[in-house]
Amino acid sequence: MSAAEEVVAEGHQAVEAVPKRAMTLGTGTSLVVLAALLIVPVFVKNFIIFQMTMLLIYGLAVLALNILTGGSGQFSLGQSAFYAVGAYTSAVLMEHANINYALTIPISAVVCFGFGYLFGKPALRLSGVYLALATFALATAMPQLLKLNFLEHWTGGVQGLVVTKPDAPFGLPMSQDMWLYYFTLLVTIAIYIFSVNLLRSRSGRAFMAIRDNEIAASSMGVNVALYKTLAFGVSAAITGIAGSLGAIAVQFVAPDSYTITLAISLFLGMVVGGVGWLPGSFVGAAFIIFVPNMAESISKGLSGAVFGVLLFLVIYLVPHGARQIAILGHQLAGKLRKN
Amino acid sequence: MELFTNQVLAGIATGAIYACMALAVVMIYQAIDHLNFAQGEMAMFSTFISWQLMQWGVPYWAAFVITLAFSFVAGIAIERILFKPLAKAPVLTNVAGFIALYAIINSTAGLLWDFTIKQYPTPFGSAPFLGSQLISTHQAGMIGVTVLLLLGLYFFFQYTRIGLAMRAAASVPESARLVGINTSWMIALGWGMATAIGSIAGMLIAPVVFLEPNMMGGVLIYGFAAAVLGGLTSPFGAVVGGFLVGVFENLAGTYIPGVGNELKLPIALALIISVLVVKPAGLFGRHIVKRV
Repeated sequence: MSAAEEVVAEGHQAVEAVPKRAMTLGTGTSLVVLAALLIVPVFVKNFIIFQMTMLLIYGLAVLALNILTGGSGQFSLGQSAFYAVGAYTSAVLMEHANINYALTIPISAVVCFGFGYLFGKPALRLSGVYLALATFALATAMPQLLKLNFLEHWTGGVQGLVVTKPDAPFGLPMSQDMWLYYFTLLVTIAIYIFSVNLLRSRSGRAFMAIRDNEIAASSMGVNVALYKTLAFGVSAAITGIAGSLGAIAVQFVAPDSYTITLAISLFLGMVVGGVGWLPGSFVGAAFIIFVPNMAESISKGLSGAVFGVLLFLVIYLVPHGARQIAILGHQLAGKLRKN
Repeated sequence: MELFTNQVLAGIATGAIYACMALAVVMIYQAIDHLNFAQGEMAMFSTFISWQLMQWGVPYWAAFVITLAFSFVAGIAIERILFKPLAKAPVLTNVAGFIALYAIINSTAGLLWDFTIKQYPTPFGSAPFLGSQLISTHQAGMIGVTVLLLLGLYFFFQYTRIGLAMRAAASVPESARLVGINTSWMIALGWGMATAIGSIAGMLIAPVVFLEPNMMGGVLIYGFAAAVLGGLTSPFGAVVGGFLVGVFENLAGTYIPGVGNELKLPIALALIISVLVVKPAGLFGRHIVKRV
């Protein structure tokens, strides 16, 4: 194998180009989903409310990855690290500085944005597998870093920190779980709207131009370095918010909750939901929360295998994830209407 | 000074493991342009097969050869059945496929052989090597096998027709097809060889880390690290990278205060990231130029 530089024609793309319009839901559907999300908790048990909260939280984390990968075409297997930073920021601020939980969320967004932006700087030189590896390294290192001795006073070391669950404010007649659900829902809606608008904005177009052809984008005057790091920053910030909410919902942070497994789950969530389709993030989140449980109920010893087989089925049958099913459903509805 | 020599030797001994794994990673990467996240699990499964054969009374070397043949065929089968349909799919889909494969193999192995730790024999014995306390005969044997494997691969790729065909198929598939090379089967062959190399790595590592379904987790990360450090396009670089990561990890654990065992991994990973930032193609890798 000679060391001579060799010209390789551009092979398959890292990420498929998703048109901007295909990234969101129509207004009508959005309103129906929103109504369902608002009403359902009133009728179900606390445990299910808790699971719905977790679904929104993981959905946010997958959404963040979707902006990074589906939007700007960069890989990350390191989202668990940003999630951990967000969770710890909130936990430490709440438990050591007695700051109100709602205030810790913007703080951890800022902290994570900085962290992601700084990580994005060296990652600029990497793409494809190399970027996947660098982020993978970050995710593997994070639990070890959180266990460091000199941070133990703040982070609680291996033991982690216990977080108090907030009560509903203004004397609202709600259980803690239900209040947290509505709080999370509020944050989720805000971030969802922000993300949709971000992708429709000048910055979003710059992300997508970089995703589709970096060289073309830079010759059109897109500041590739700036927008790539910005995408990392925004993605990290949203993941951090999800991490904060997750810490409050679970009432506990510990280094071993944020291993590479979490990062891989989020990645799978994105693939299942459809890369670049924002509403799919929540479908993907449902997959990663409920499918492992279902797999376990089918066969305890083989739950990993069941999970793997299901994943292969998704890849083969619906390679565009939930987006494909949504499009099919849409077409079907259109046909029915005509008849 | 003695401490330094000790640590370097110990590093080279563990480095041999990483080198083996890195070699397998690079083989698949050469053939299909993807990092196989399930590589470690495939190696683990092969190792279990050889262990099972030995439990049934097959002698070590016979089990070794049967396992190699099995892994070769299994690698080809996995490529034909699972990954050939994904050849044109985006990288992302492939990564998801690898993760799925990982989950399937890991849990199947757990079901067949459960998660208890098992002893695994070594063909080289574990006496001190040449009277030295620093490395055992097994570790010396491991280094020897890695070097032999590397030489063998070098001759295969450099001096045989099929090796040449595989290289052609990997670097310029279109032109390779035009001169009559069956590129699709070359990829399958690459999978087979990589799986076989992985199984050698697994069988050499098993006496050190003990046999269990999760034994390859850490090793694979180091193997990736070594492959990236040496350059994903260079089998020689992968082996050098393996030894370097092994030595560096040991020295950092010994000399940098506050590192200790727990931080070895992050330190090794930080090393990779810094190498990638300075030299994105790795130490010995080719710089790939894209056509616009």
